[in-house]
Amino acid sequence: MNCRPVPSREEILAALEKKQGSVATAKLQAAVVAVCGLGGLGSNIAISLARSGIGKLILIDFDTVDITNLHRQQYKSSQVGLPKAEALLENLKEVAPYVQYEVHNEKVTAENAVRLLQKADIVCEAFDKADAKSMLVDVVLEQLPQKTLVAASGMAGFDSGNAIRTRKLTERFYLCGDGKSDVDQGIGLSAPRVMLCAAHQALTVIRLILGEKDA
Amino acid sequence: MLKINGENVDAAGKTLAQYLAEAGFNQVRIAVERNGEIVPKAKYGETVLAEGDCVEVVNFVGGG
Repeated sequence: MNCRPVPSREEILAALEKKQGSVATAKLQAAVVAVCGLGGLGSNIAISLARSGIGKLILIDFDTVDITNLHRQQYKSSQVGLPKAEALLENLKEVAPYVQYEVHNEKVTAENAVRLLQKADIVCEAFDKADAKSMLVDVVLEQLPQKTLVAASGMAGFDSGNAIRTRKLTERFYLCGDGKSDVDQGIGLSAPRVMLCAAHQALTVIRLILGEKDA
Repeated sequence: MLKINGENVDAAGKTLAQYLAEAGFNQVRIAVERNGEIVPKAKYGETVLAEGDCVEVVNFVGGG
C-alpha cells in the first residue's frame, strides 16, 4: 500500500464519463452485480466491473489464495493464504475506491444462494467445478426469476482464443467460453485464455446493464 | 422428431430424465434449455419431450 492521495469520487466519475459517456456511466453506477467464485474468472470479472464504475459488487468465495492462483487471478504474492474475498476487496479498493463492495467468505450452495444473491440485478457464475456451475444455473433461473445469469464453461488449455464466445441460451441465461475445454482433461490453464472468458462475461454484464440484450 | 443439440432425435414421448439417462448425461453437470426456457432439475422427471421441441443440453466442463 502506498499513502499517496487518491483522486476524489468526483474526479473518478468525471474520468469514467469521459471514457464511457455519462449515460452509460449512470446506468453502470445504478447496477448491482454478484460474482460467485473469485478465482480466474471471478477476480478478473470483478476488476473489470469495478473499473467500469459498477454501483455495487457482491463478491462471494469460501477459498483462500493459493500460490498456484497467482498466475491468472487478481491477487498479489503477499496475499497467499488470505481468504480470497478479503484479499480481492483489498485490491479492488485500491483500483476503484468508490464502488460499494459486499463480500462473503462462504460457499454458495443451493440453500443460501437466494439469500446471498437477492439484491443483485445480474449474477455471474465464476466457479471452477462443473457441478457447482450446474447448481447455480438451476437455483438462479428457478428461484430468482428477476435475475439474469452470465455463466462460463470451457476456457482451459491453450487453444485459440477465437473459440471463446458468448451465447444467449434464454432471455435470462448467457454462456461464455468454448463449451468444451475441460481442466479435468489435464490440459492446464493459460492466464490470458481464462481472462478472455472473464472479459466476455464482464462485457456481457455491461452490455445487459446498457440494455443490449444480444450476445 | 425433435432437435437436441442440433441433431434430429426420435425421443418424443420420453421424459427428459429418461432421455438424459439413455444419452449418458450426468444430471449434476448439465443445464437443459427447452424451447427458450431452462428446465429446472426438479422437473426433468415430469417433462415429456414433444414433437418439434428444440432442446439444448449444456454439459458444463471444469475450469474457472
